[in-house]
Amino acid sequence: MARAAAGGSHKEAPAAAGPRTVLAYLIRRLFAVLIMVLVVLLATFTVFYMLPKWAGQDIAVLFAGKATGAEQIEGIRTKLGLDQPVLVQFWDFVKGIPLGRDYANGADVTHCPAPCFGYSFVTEKPVWDTLKEAMPVTGALAAGAAILWLVAGVATGVVSALRRGSLWDRAAMVGALGGVSLPVFFTGMVAMGIFVHNLGWIHIEDGLNTDDSIGVWFETLLLPWIVLALLNAAMYARLTRATMLDVLGEDYIRTARAKGLGERAVITRHALRSAMTPILTVFGLDLGALLGGAVLTESTFNLPGLGLAAVQAISSHDLPVILGVTLFAALAIAVANLLVDLLYAVIDPRVRLG
Amino acid sequence: MPTGFPKRRLAAGAALVVAALVSTTACGGGDDDNDGKDKGAGYNAALNKVVNASAKKGGTLRFVGKQDFDSLDPQRTYYGMTWDFMRFFTRTLVTYDTKPGAASNKLVGDLATGPAQVSADGKTYTYKLRDGLTWEDGSKLTSKDIKYGIERIWATDVITGGPAYIKQTLDPKGEYKGPYKDKSKDKLGLKAIQTPDDQTIVFKLPKPNGDFEQFLAMPTGAPVKADKDTGAKYTQHPFSSGPYKVKSYNAGKSLALVRNTAWKKASDPIRPALPDQITVTISANLEENDKKLMEGDYDVDVNGTGMTQSGRITAVQDHRADVDNIQTSFVRYVALVHAAKPLDNVHCRKAVFYATDFAGLQQTRGGAIAGGDIANSVFPKSIPGYSDYDPYGILARKGKADIAKAKDELKQCGKPGGFSTKITARTNNPSEVDTAEALQAQLAKAGIKIEVDSIDGAQSSSITGSPKVVKERGYGMTMSGWGPDFPTGQGYAQPLFDSRFIFDNGNYNESQIKDKKIDGIFDDAIATTDKAKAKSLYEQMNKQLIDNADWMPFIYEKNISWRGPRLTNVYSSAAYNGRYDYVSLGVAK
Repeated sequence: MARAAAGGSHKEAPAAAGPRTVLAYLIRRLFAVLIMVLVVLLATFTVFYMLPKWAGQDIAVLFAGKATGAEQIEGIRTKLGLDQPVLVQFWDFVKGIPLGRDYANGADVTHCPAPCFGYSFVTEKPVWDTLKEAMPVTGALAAGAAILWLVAGVATGVVSALRRGSLWDRAAMVGALGGVSLPVFFTGMVAMGIFVHNLGWIHIEDGLNTDDSIGVWFETLLLPWIVLALLNAAMYARLTRATMLDVLGEDYIRTARAKGLGERAVITRHALRSAMTPILTVFGLDLGALLGGAVLTESTFNLPGLGLAAVQAISSHDLPVILGVTLFAALAIAVANLLVDLLYAVIDPRVRLG
Repeated sequence: MPTGFPKRRLAAGAALVVAALVSTTACGGGDDDNDGKDKGAGYNAALNKVVNASAKKGGTLRFVGKQDFDSLDPQRTYYGMTWDFMRFFTRTLVTYDTKPGAASNKLVGDLATGPAQVSADGKTYTYKLRDGLTWEDGSKLTSKDIKYGIERIWATDVITGGPAYIKQTLDPKGEYKGPYKDKSKDKLGLKAIQTPDDQTIVFKLPKPNGDFEQFLAMPTGAPVKADKDTGAKYTQHPFSSGPYKVKSYNAGKSLALVRNTAWKKASDPIRPALPDQITVTISANLEENDKKLMEGDYDVDVNGTGMTQSGRITAVQDHRADVDNIQTSFVRYVALVHAAKPLDNVHCRKAVFYATDFAGLQQTRGGAIAGGDIANSVFPKSIPGYSDYDPYGILARKGKADIAKAKDELKQCGKPGGFSTKITARTNNPSEVDTAEALQAQLAKAGIKIEVDSIDGAQSSSITGSPKVVKERGYGMTMSGWGPDFPTGQGYAQPLFDSRFIFDNGNYNESQIKDKKIDGIFDDAIATTDKAKAKSLYEQMNKQLIDNADWMPFIYEKNISWRGPRLTNVYSSAAYNGRYDYVSLGVAK
């Protein structure tokens, strides 16, 4: 079943892929990503600009961020171009990404350099600046956690599948169920309670900075990595186990064994490789989603990444930043998906790019 | 003055906490080592007196908070915590006295030598500036800088967010367009303010307003040096007139202040300027912040909204001597919407007063310590106008309901079997929905059936703040909280009760009280500069509002605040809503 889901996103073609077809494929997919991001942008735009209007709310008031008088709201309306038709506003926003943009209101002109993802009137900074500062934190968090959960999850799953029904299998699957069920803000608080406050082994730096040393980053991110990995590893373990069991029953595994291949080769080269396809699909989506900001983990550990930026933006009604984070998250998922599709060809010999 | 601010300030303090969903008392026992050898100054030690009085300089004062400052631009800030903090680098003509408790409500000279000389007709305010006033670059601070700073309020398309009191008082018709559109050479075109020389500033009011000096004590009355004015971006690096200057500011993350070496102590009797450095860390997890305060990583919560539930349990049990139970100026209330039948009838409104179990609501909000005292007056205790007037016997019954009297009032209202209506409660405000549900159960005993409608607090100005929406949705009651912008009847009550403050959007006269007598009392109280007269007028207003059961207060809010043991010169300031007076703080060690 899991494989069917993965199969939908690639084509099987008999002809071998030459460099030209790969390039054509890549261009086609990049184009698709672009279209998708535009669709997301349009949808996000509708949510932020049209829905409030339909609900009878003044968007300028929402964008003002703070309590303001009538004149101030008119100023913001002009400056943000909210008095323009929505399509014009949409075009201005899209144009701003490659070209930059000026927000002008009489005497006060605010320049937002390319790539302009909007301008926050709460922090008085281009949204891109906020995104740029938050990305390294979210990136480091996502990468570390992803490696951990992929390795731990897949390993646990494989072992469980091979020793099906054993004590190890049972224990691992119960553990996995626990991991999936426990929310990050719970495991995170407990982990901090134990390792930071009770034992004092770890110091978590408030508001991680690019100036901080690698050591500080590592120490601060260690618990978040583990906590986040625990949540996801559980799912990967269960998924790997199920897929492996499925694959191990296939004819070609029997064939491989019959032709005298060693068990290790059968498992790693044949079974696991095939089982990786659905795992990779999910991994791409998960990693992409995580790159868009791990809201709960970042809030719990006070990591100034995209997720925390979004939470802060929501509490200070900073709509442009929310819009920016949403867009970036969509972009991250789309790109991660593309990478996964390219990786299929490496993992599954039946897949040809064409 | 329909600023809508106090609610936002509340919302800011009470912002959604994901982690608060989990009670973490289980892992809150990390401070066992401290048991028994806590050297704190004592429970409630900083109420009405100074804890650890000291003139010792040095050290780093470390603030932590969940919510960042709304703006560091003096003309754009509207959060109470920012006003308290801003005195580190911003001076105003007059400011609140650096004294504990209610004594802080007195205005004293800051940039000015003292309070204004007010003309006999109450329309001209003249200030003389102190000698030796400087900016952070060492240049002289003059009356023109003060005028320019205040003029920025008029640039409403650039300088957004701050209160508009000064503008509305000096130029109610909005004839001046602000310094950025000012054609005059020095950009000082506002006629209502005159600067005959560098040491003198004169304000000409079209009509008297007894609270005018209060407006000047807000950061909106602060000077800005014209050639350092970066417009909307001024918040990123405000130019200091006080003892500290901004070293670095990263919105949503951190702020660091260092000494402003150009500031002269001789020119500033208000600020002791004890710490060498001041840091503010914005950190999203309230529970963690409480733990770090208790572990000594930080000294004070800059938001000043009180500790979390788990934090205060640990704090009160293990560090009782480092805790203050602070009385804020916030009142929790239920507005009874006069436009919604049958609440147009005074007897039906009185029935609500009698049927409400105030003690039950108090319990829902955390009890007398963490929630606050039961309210009987529309004014908080710190505002002149408060009295112990209690015609419904709420305090006498210790907050219990009187169902028999409620039923009697319902009969007189022509609804012997009770009535049905809806109440709003804001989801982003901790325990407000719970409190509304508690009220629902209480009123049901008298036959008053209310349906609780949870609303998004961030949107409240267009829901409960819109009489049209209130009518369409059939709301008869709205539950919320309110605090003063400045400690007078006008600063607290005018948006709530004056019929001329009923707006299509952002309305806070949620009861929709249209009473000429109330409006008249406001006019008289505002016009007088006689404080005793104003007080008696507001007392009269309170009596009338309560007699008419127009608006039902139920709690005078309190919170539990952490007072870092290494802090010196700590006291709760009524002028800053019970927060510690930040500008006086120092650190030991």
